[in-house]
Amino acid sequence: MTAVIELIDLYKSFGSTEVIRGVNLEVGDGERHAVIGPNGAGKSTLYNLITAKYTPSAGHIRLRGQDITARKPYEINRMGLSRSFQVTNIFPRMSVFENLRCGALWAMNYRYSFWQDVDRLDDVNERSLRVLNDIGMLSRADVPAGVLSYAEQRALEIGITIAGGANVILLDEPTAGMNRAETEHTVELVRRITEHKTLIMVEHDMSVVFGLADRISVLVYGEIIASGPPDEIRGNAAVQEAYLGEEVD
Amino acid sequence: MSAIAPASTRASGTFLRRNAVWWIALLCVLLLPQVARSGTSIAVLNQMCIMVIFSLSYNMLLGQGGMLSFGHAVYFGLGGYFAIHLMRIAGGGLFMPLPLVPLAGGLAGLLFGLIIGSFSTNRAGTVFAMISLGIGEMIAASSLIFVKFSGGEEGITADRTDLTSLFGIRFRSEVDVYYLIAGWMVLSAWLMYRFSRTPVGRMANAVRDNPERAEFVGYSQKHIRLLSFMAAGFFAGIAGGLFALNYEIVTEETVNLVTSGTVLLQAYIGGVGFFVGPIVGAVVYTLLQTLLSNYTEIWAFYVGLIFVATVMYAPTGLTGILMMHLPIYRVGKLRSLALPYLRIGIPALGCAIGVIGLLELLHFLSVRAVGQSTKRLFWLTLNVEQPTAWLVFGALAVGGFVVARRVAPSVLAAWEAASEQAFGRRAR
Repeated sequence: MTAVIELIDLYKSFGSTEVIRGVNLEVGDGERHAVIGPNGAGKSTLYNLITAKYTPSAGHIRLRGQDITARKPYEINRMGLSRSFQVTNIFPRMSVFENLRCGALWAMNYRYSFWQDVDRLDDVNERSLRVLNDIGMLSRADVPAGVLSYAEQRALEIGITIAGGANVILLDEPTAGMNRAETEHTVELVRRITEHKTLIMVEHDMSVVFGLADRISVLVYGEIIASGPPDEIRGNAAVQEAYLGEEVD
Repeated sequence: MSAIAPASTRASGTFLRRNAVWWIALLCVLLLPQVARSGTSIAVLNQMCIMVIFSLSYNMLLGQGGMLSFGHAVYFGLGGYFAIHLMRIAGGGLFMPLPLVPLAGGLAGLLFGLIIGSFSTNRAGTVFAMISLGIGEMIAASSLIFVKFSGGEEGITADRTDLTSLFGIRFRSEVDVYYLIAGWMVLSAWLMYRFSRTPVGRMANAVRDNPERAEFVGYSQKHIRLLSFMAAGFFAGIAGGLFALNYEIVTEETVNLVTSGTVLLQAYIGGVGFFVGPIVGAVVYTLLQTLLSNYTEIWAFYVGLIFVATVMYAPTGLTGILMMHLPIYRVGKLRSLALPYLRIGIPALGCAIGVIGLLELLHFLSVRAVGQSTKRLFWLTLNVEQPTAWLVFGALAVGGFVVARRVAPSVLAAWEAASEQAFGRRAR
C-alpha cells in the first residue's frame, strides 16, 4: 500500500449548500498530483478539508493509513504534512530568514524549547539558509517579510511550507496572480523543491499543471469527474466539455 | 538588543564580548548609587528598577506575544503578597536569606500564570483583553475580601531585617537594598532577553504575527501563548517580590487595575516594538512620577497627556523615535535635522507652556482657599482673577498648536530626505 493521502467518500456542506459531494482520491508516494477545476468547483474547500482548516460533513481523510479527519492543524503538520496558503500567509513583522526558521523549528525537534538560543541552533540555521537559497532570496534575508513584493511573499510562503522538511506538501494555487515570467519561475521552484516528495496542488490555470503533475484530477461541482496522467486528461471528452470548453470560449 | 526581530546573523566573539551590552549595563547599575547618593534618589532608583522588571515582563505579552493585558498587576501583586508572607514566616526563625525572597514571588506569579493562562490564552485579541480585565478586577476585589491573606486596606507588613543575614548583610540601608534589587533587575532583564531568542520566544513573535500560519508549521498557538504568559507572570512576580522587600508592605494597590494600567502606560510610552522600550518607559515614567509630583499635584494628568500624544503621534514609542534617527546618525546627517526640529520645537514648546499654564490655573481655581487670588507658576506670580494670564496662556496654546501643525509637513519632509540618504548610502 503506497497511498500517502486517501480521501474516502468526502462530503462537505455549508448550510444547505453541498460543496464537496463524495470525493474519493488516492495519491501515491512521491507523486505530484494536481487538482484542477473551473471556478466554484470546490477546489479550495477540498484543499482546506485535507489540511484540516475545515472538518468534513462526512467521510474520512487518511495520511499514510492514519485517520486525520478532525485533527488539529498542528497535529497534522507534526505528522509530516505541510501546506501553503492561497492568500499570502507569512509572519509579516519578522525577517525573511526568521520566517523560514519558524517553519523549521518544530520539525527539527526544538519544539517548546525556552532554554536554547536560536542563533546557536546550527542545524536549523543551516536548513533555513538552504531553503532561503532554494527560493532564491539570499539577498533578502534580513528584510521584514511584510515589505516584500507579492511574488516574493508567495515564494517565501512556499519556503516556509518546505522548511520543516515535510514529505507531503500541499500547495494552493501557487501561481495565482502572477505574470507569465513569475509563473514559470514558480513552477520551476515547485518542481525543484518537491523532488522525491508527495505533492498535491490545487490549481486553476491548466497550463501550469500539465508540465508538472504526474497525475491530474478534475473537480467539477464537488465531484471528481476524471483522474489520470496529463495526456489522458487532455483527451478526455467529459473534461473538455466541463472545463477546457470554458477556456476555449 | 534593540529590535524585537533583529538581524539573523549569529553573534560571534567570546562570551564577554557577546554580552558586552549587559556588562556595561551591570557596571552602570553598580556605579549609579555613587552618583546619586541621597536617600531620596536611591528610593527613586529602587522603584525604577522594580518597574523596569515589571514593564519588561508586560512586554513579553504585548510586544512579543501580541496579547493586550489589562490585568498584569495580578501577578505583580500576588508575587508581592507571597513574598511578604514568606518574609513574615522567615522572620520567625526560618532559614531564608532575603535575596531569595523575590524568587518566591516569581514562583507565585508562575503558578497563577499557569492557572489563569490555561483558560485565557486560547485566543489573543479582544477575548484575551476582556478576560484579563475581568480577572484583574476579580483579584483586586478578592484582596479586599480575603483579609487574612491580604490584610485588607492596611495590607501586610514585614521587617526585612528580621531575616537570616547573608555574609553579614542585613539590608538595613537603602543602598544594600538597591544593590539587591538592581542585581535582580539585570539578571531578570538578561533572562527575558535570552527568552526572546529561544524557539519559544521566536514562535511567540510568529503567533503574534499570524497564529494560523504558526499552527501550520507545527505549533499550537495556545501553548506558545501560555508559555509566554507564564514567563511574564514569573517575572512580574519577581518584581512584586522586590516591591515587598523594598517597601516592607504590600497592599491592595499592588494588584489593582491602576497598577495594571500603569504598566501598560510605561511599556507603551517606551515602545512595545523594542526590547529596550519598556526599560525606557519605566525609567521615564518613574522620573515623571517622582520629579513632576514635586512641582505639581496634577502630574498624573500630564502623564495621561503624554500617553495620548504617544498613541497619536508616535505609536512606536520613545524608543521608536530614537531608532528612527539611528541610521541618520550613522551617516552623520543628524545635523541637517537641527533647524527643522528647532522650527517645530519652538511652537510646540509654546503650546506646551500654554496648555500647562491653563491647566494649572484651572486646577488652582478648584482648590484655592477663599480669598486667595494669586498663584505662583514657573517663576511668575499670576492673578487668576485678571484675564491677562488666561489670555496669554490661551494664545500660546492655540498659536503654538497652529504654527506647529503648519510646519509639521516640512519637518517630516526633512526627516524623510535625511533618512532616504541614510538608507541609500547603506545600500551602496
